[in-house]
Amino acid sequence: MNELLAIIIATVFVNNYVLSRFLGLCPFFGVSKKIETAAGMGMAVTFVMTLASIATWFIEKFLLSIKVGGHDLSYLRTVTFILVIASLVQFVEMFLQKSMPSLYQSLGIFLPLITTNCAVLGVAILNIQNFGVKTYWALIKTITQGVGAALGFTLALVLMAGIRERLELEEVPACFKGMPIAFVVSGLLALAFMGFNGLKIF
Amino acid sequence: MSKKTYSKTFFAGFIKENPVLALALGLCPTLAVTTSLYNAIGMGIAATFVLVCSNAVISLFRKIIPEKIRIPIFIVVIATFVTIVDLSMSAFLPELHAQLGIFVPLIVVNCVILGRAEAFASKNGIIISIIDGLGMGIGFTLALSLIGIIRELFGNGTLFSGTPMMIEVFSKPAMAMIFAPGAFITMGFIMAFIASREKKEG
Repeated sequence: MNELLAIIIATVFVNNYVLSRFLGLCPFFGVSKKIETAAGMGMAVTFVMTLASIATWFIEKFLLSIKVGGHDLSYLRTVTFILVIASLVQFVEMFLQKSMPSLYQSLGIFLPLITTNCAVLGVAILNIQNFGVKTYWALIKTITQGVGAALGFTLALVLMAGIRERLELEEVPACFKGMPIAFVVSGLLALAFMGFNGLKIF
Repeated sequence: MSKKTYSKTFFAGFIKENPVLALALGLCPTLAVTTSLYNAIGMGIAATFVLVCSNAVISLFRKIIPEKIRIPIFIVVIATFVTIVDLSMSAFLPELHAQLGIFVPLIVVNCVILGRAEAFASKNGIIISIIDGLGMGIGFTLALSLIGIIRELFGNGTLFSGTPMMIEVFSKPAMAMIFAPGAFITMGFIMAFIASREKKEG
C-alpha cells in the first residue's frame, strides 16, 4: 500500500508530468484559459490515461515481450502503443456518443486532442520501463501511475486556468500579452512545484 | 514550380513560420531537452530526419490515402521513422540517447511533424514536401539551439558541454535555469522579444 501511495505522491507533486517532466504541454497551454474547460480536459485525460495504461500493459505482456526464437517484438513498442492509444480514443469517443451523450457533450471536443497528447504515450512507455510486465503487482503499480499522472496533469491544468482567468484582468506589458506571460507564470508554478523535491515518503 | 517557390518554402520555417517560436508547436521536446546545446542539436537533427522522411513518404502516397483514416496512417508512417531514429541513436550515440530518454519515442506525437504532414505533405508534391520538411526541421533545430544556448550558458556556465569543444564561460551559474522553471521563463522571454519586434515593424 505504501508503495502505491508513494507512486501517487511522486506523480502528482514531486515529478508532476507537466511542470517537471514537460509532458502534455500542448493541451496545458491550449485549453487552460477557463477553469471549466480545464477540468473537462483533465477528466477526459484521466479516463483515457487509465485505460491506456491497462491496455498497453496487456499488449506488452502477451504480445510484445513474448520471445520467439530468442527475439521479442519490443522494438515495435512505439508504433503499437500509439496505434492502441489512437484507436482507444476513437473507441471511447464512439462509446460515449452512443451511451452517455451528456458526458460526450462536455468532453467531446477534447477527446481527439488526446491522441497527440504526449503525456498519454509517455506514461504508457514509462510504465513499462519503470515496472516491467513480470507480475500482476506490476499491473497495479502501472494503473496507479496512470491515475497519478492524470491527476497531476489535471491539477496543473486547473491551477494554471485559475491563474490565467485572473491574468485576463491584469495589466500586462504589451509584448508579454497572451502566450509569453503564460510561459512566465508556468515557470513560477514550476518553481513552486520544485519545493516538493526531496520530499521523502516512508 | 519555380525556384522562387522552393526557396520561399525552404526559408519560411526559419523565422516567419518558425514551428516553435511563432506557432508554439512541439513544446514538450523544446522545453524538456534544451538543458544543453548538444542535446538540443541532437533532438533537432533527429526530428528533422523524421520530418523530411515522413513528408516524403506521405507526399508519395497522398493520392491513395483515404481521407477518413489519414491521421492513423500519418502516425504509423511517422512512428516507423521514429523507431529507426530510436534504434540507430541507441546504437551509435548511446549517451545522447540516454540524455534524451523518453523524448526520442515521443517524437511520434510531436505536433510539428503531424502538423506538416496534414497541412503540407498531404497536399503537395514530393520535392517541395521534402524542402518544406527540411526548412521546418532546420527552424525547429534553430529554435531549440537558441533556448539550449541560453539555458546552458546561464544554468551551467558552459557551452557545448558533453562534447570535446566544451567552453567554460563562468563558474557560478544559476541552477534554476537548468531545471523546469528556467525552461518556461526562457521561452516566455524569447516569445515576448519576438512579439515586441513584430510590434515595431508593423
